[in-house]
Amino acid sequence: MTTLAETNDTLVATPLAGTRGGVAALQSAAQTPFYVLDEHPHPAGYSTQLGFWIYIMSDCLLFSVLFAAYGVLGGSYAAGPAPKDLFDLNIVALNTTMLLLSSITYGFAMLSMQSNSVGRTQIWLAVTAFFGLCFIGIELHEFYGMIREGATPQRSAFLSSFFTLVGTHGLHVTTGLVWMVTLMVQVGQRGLIEANRRRLLCLSMFWHFLDVVWIGVFTFVYLMGMLR
Amino acid sequence: MFENHAALLKFIFGRLTLDAFPIHEPILVGTFIVVATGGALVLGALTYFRLWGYLWSEWFTSIDHKRIGVMYMVLGVIMLLRGFADAAMMRAQQAFAFNGSEGFLPAHHYDQVFTAHGVIMIFFVAMPMIVGLINIVVPLQIGARDVSFPFLNNFSFWMTAAGGIIVMISLFVGVFARTGWLAYPPLSEYAYSPDVGVDYYIWGLQVAGLGTLLSGVNFVCTIVKLRAPGMTIMKMPIFTWTALCTNILIVAAFPVLTAVLALLTLDRYVGTDFFTNDFGGNPMMYVNLIWIWGHPEVYILILPAFGVFSEVTATFCGKRLFGYTSMVYATVVITILSYLVWLHHFFTMGSGASVNSFFGITTMIISIPTGAKMFNWLFTMYRGRIRYELPMLWTIAFMITFVIGGMTGVLLAVPPADFELHNSLFLIAHFHNVIIGGVLFGMFAGINYWFPKAFGFKLDPFWGKLSFWFWVIGFYLAFMPLYVLGLMGVTRRLRVFDIPSLHIWFIIAAFGALLIAAGIGCFLVQIGVSVLKRKELADTTGDPWNSRTLEWSTSSPPPAYNFAFTPIVYSMDAWWDMKERGYHRPLAGFKPIAMPKNTPTGIILGALSIAFSFGMIWYIWWLAALGFVGALAVGIAHTFNYNREYDLSADAIAGAEDERTRLLTAQA
Repeated sequence: MTTLAETNDTLVATPLAGTRGGVAALQSAAQTPFYVLDEHPHPAGYSTQLGFWIYIMSDCLLFSVLFAAYGVLGGSYAAGPAPKDLFDLNIVALNTTMLLLSSITYGFAMLSMQSNSVGRTQIWLAVTAFFGLCFIGIELHEFYGMIREGATPQRSAFLSSFFTLVGTHGLHVTTGLVWMVTLMVQVGQRGLIEANRRRLLCLSMFWHFLDVVWIGVFTFVYLMGMLR
Repeated sequence: MFENHAALLKFIFGRLTLDAFPIHEPILVGTFIVVATGGALVLGALTYFRLWGYLWSEWFTSIDHKRIGVMYMVLGVIMLLRGFADAAMMRAQQAFAFNGSEGFLPAHHYDQVFTAHGVIMIFFVAMPMIVGLINIVVPLQIGARDVSFPFLNNFSFWMTAAGGIIVMISLFVGVFARTGWLAYPPLSEYAYSPDVGVDYYIWGLQVAGLGTLLSGVNFVCTIVKLRAPGMTIMKMPIFTWTALCTNILIVAAFPVLTAVLALLTLDRYVGTDFFTNDFGGNPMMYVNLIWIWGHPEVYILILPAFGVFSEVTATFCGKRLFGYTSMVYATVVITILSYLVWLHHFFTMGSGASVNSFFGITTMIISIPTGAKMFNWLFTMYRGRIRYELPMLWTIAFMITFVIGGMTGVLLAVPPADFELHNSLFLIAHFHNVIIGGVLFGMFAGINYWFPKAFGFKLDPFWGKLSFWFWVIGFYLAFMPLYVLGLMGVTRRLRVFDIPSLHIWFIIAAFGALLIAAGIGCFLVQIGVSVLKRKELADTTGDPWNSRTLEWSTSSPPPAYNFAFTPIVYSMDAWWDMKERGYHRPLAGFKPIAMPKNTPTGIILGALSIAFSFGMIWYIWWLAALGFVGALAVGIAHTFNYNREYDLSADAIAGAEDERTRLLTAQA
């Protein structure tokens, strides 16, 4: 059996013990308490951060499948157009700038949140959403141009995997925009309460994650595509 | 707007026409009559006894992990009946279709039956049962009051149930896939399967898969964050360990399934060329990707079963589990290795000797940690005071059966042997040997073991033993002949046979299936009899088996809040340790507990997912759009509800705990 000294060590060493409040009264002759008597519940959203990280990792796997599919099929042009015929790096550079700027402005939104300013948080969220919309708009414009030239997703396996990978990223950005508008309303309604701060933090992780994925798309699809 | 009547009909009903209803198929009409009558009787009884309100407020909208766990188990058992009906039809067809007979199933029906059997058994029987057991047991075992995200848990269940319903609809409206349970392209492509079968498959699995993924996230969080103080990672009960590894596997494998099915969906709906034969598509990429999910999936199923056997062996031998640490490491090693073996499902693809050797060797290596587990259970039994109660019987049957299945697995892991045995009945026998002998026996052990915890009374041992013997003998009679047939070269999914000498083996296998049917029947009777005899079988102690882990320290069934006071853990067998040291239940000083509120959002989202999927399957675009927008709106509306908890008052807790004190003293 564990001695009291060891027990206390494990309890202090476990991060769980700290959050569960003091292990107060000693109950038994053995001087090892059986129950936490003076209990403090876990704060609301205690697991949210971890849960959201795990979700993002699973989303990352989804993208990795799409990247792998592009890796396998990216050279299967089926006598159709190749990246050099289709990609315009100027547009992609502009697009990338929009998305990277939106990440910076989201950072400003989080700083405003830290300084408890509802108005500034909302303004920066709106600026972020604007850049996000620009990104989506430019991407749709690029897609439209390609489809008009006959480079449709049905044309070759390369184009299928290109449209799916880039489009899935765009779909995620769109979801992020819907979420952002929802949060702007909620912050307006209830202010920067604890629950809303938690949500803003989750969206922040999501938004930066999409940035990271885009860096992958930009490098792997566009830059390396031009070298093919 | 609509030029003619036909266009209007097409807008409203998509490609759904009266031909989609199988009124010319006597078997399906008969099934429909039985199901409709049975369903009407159940609905009528629920209405007559005024149970709708109770079901709605206490179960459907409940976010109590124990209730959700029970609902998962019920879903699993109902779907087991459907999956087994398919199996019985296949065994009967193969036993009849000799000597020039075509049997009773036409080809297009038989192909649906074997596809549905595989899909249903894996996704809607094994998975719900595994997730259900984890739901009921894990939070109790780690001394927590609920899971990390209680609403998400309810939502996950309803997504799983919605997926099951989508697959079931295909029985009476349209057809199901005729592609085999993994829907390999190019057969599953639109060019070769233009009907709704594969679409039912895709949307059923996507909806259910989302539920499984979210439940995986939930349980990883729960186990990492909500353990009782003192329960360090190496003091976690083994079932919780296996649940953790399983949920990590779910989180790491299900996104791959989602992605690969999405690509197949694009091929079918948009006309992309991922897995087509032309325009640069690559069907083998589908096979690779689906097995990158599929192989971890079988470990997702078996690991919790290993956990059940570990708990059962320790409890019914009255000993600490032998080799706890090696058991944990074996579990973790299996978790990692399960990602490095997927290619053994298609050695015959022709990847070359080096690739095949690599995957053959990694596959063989998995048998080492599994063997270590087997010895741990054996050494736990050694010199133990073994009580041959039902959970222990299932465990012993598992140990014998699973070793046979494991050995045939190692045989199949040898690429040259696999070239002979690939897609033969030997393979079918092998995986039924490990999935029935491992997962299913594990679920029966778990159900018999934890039923008293969930409901407050034990299951009847007489009918349980009858079910056990029918199942075990039936299993051997049904599947050992398939090993023989496979070695003789019979491939899977055949409908008719020309060689009379094979006939006897199929007759034995069909007889085995008959015994299994009796086993399932006895199991249902066991539950019915136990409910009738619940006074006699009641457990007032909360610890009917003299067990070792924390779930047995609270009452049976546990109160909604699980533990009035959180226990402190000093030992891997926390409850055993408390009993040894003469614990005292605190009888006063209760504090209010914050509890999550029930919500109908989960079931509404499930219903909208069915509407969306049905619309997509039948090209009823307005319905799909409605379902999608509706689900989005309901989901967003749910986030506007900030008031999701209520305080359970100290008085209410004191009342429940006093009742338990009264029962315990009456016992003493």
